Amino acid sequence: MDYGHSERPSGAAALPTAIKILVAGGFGVGKTTMVGAVSETRPLRTEEVLTESGVGIDDLSGVEAKQTTTVAMDFGRITISDDLVLYLFGTPGQDRFWFVWDELSLGAIGAVVLADTRRLADCFPSIDYFEERGTPFLVAVNCFEGARQYRLDEVQAALNLDPEVPVLLCDARSRSSAKEVLITLVEHAMKIRDARHRVD
Amino acid sequence: MTLQGESAEHQWVDDHAGPVVRPYAVTGGRARPVTGTFDLISLVTATRKDVSPEIGLGPEHLAIVGLCQRMQSVAEIAAHLDLPVGTVRVLLGDLMARSLVQIREPQSTVGIPDHSIFEAVINGLRAL
Repeated sequence: MDYGHSERPSGAAALPTAIKILVAGGFGVGKTTMVGAVSETRPLRTEEVLTESGVGIDDLSGVEAKQTTTVAMDFGRITISDDLVLYLFGTPGQDRFWFVWDELSLGAIGAVVLADTRRLADCFPSIDYFEERGTPFLVAVNCFEGARQYRLDEVQAALNLDPEVPVLLCDARSRSSAKEVLITLVEHAMKIRDARHRVD
Repeated sequence: MTLQGESAEHQWVDDHAGPVVRPYAVTGGRARPVTGTFDLISLVTATRKDVSPEIGLGPEHLAIVGLCQRMQSVAEIAAHLDLPVGTVRVLLGDLMARSLVQIREPQSTVGIPDHSIFEAVINGLRAL
């Protein structure tokens, strides 16, 4: 696709802009699978190389802190229109990469927290993080074959979620299911945005 | 050197060898861009069809200009060129200082997205 800026009569307003949504959750819960299911290309991988200045500022124990660490993030792209591109970022799983989350979540319109009912606790850190930051999020329970199915209200209660946080079942491999999750998230984020805007 | 021929070279360039060039070698050791911040989803477009090699521009700079004939995010450039994001930011700073690329900052750094943006995303997702 080609974006011919110079051919547009209206100028600056027509320049495309990008927004992002995060897909978080524990290791192996299906984040990259979901990103791949709705993206227009296979998921891409980008790496941040973190040096001493970035890693473990509270770690004064010596050599370890001087190593470089690579954090990989998988992401995908959905071109909404000529003017709007949506990026989906899978968040790196390890807790020690929280500062990468800070960069990722800055300006994100919302986050999907993927959960696996066999390892529900794995998504607690993500939920805590987005609650703390005030990032709109929902919980999508990825239905793995062979896993016991729980009712959504059971999951809601187990996660001790605000009743307004949407909880839904999904199949991270399915394009239509992943689409539905994203639409629910953006609707939820829009509601929060409008409510906050009214208060301001 | 006792290593010889093809087998010796392949020892160093297979997948297990890891990066052959250190990440900041292509930036001349610089870790920060001369200008700009470059969010992961800042959109980059080349301002020219192609750039001839000149002093201060390496093959990676030229590769970015080639790639950005079609609009790309900073994250996509890093993924396609297989370079760390920090390295790409430095290279983009060089290109921006020479006006060889145009950057569009994401909506989110300007402020809370407009209601209309949310609606456009919802409609766009429904239409997928």
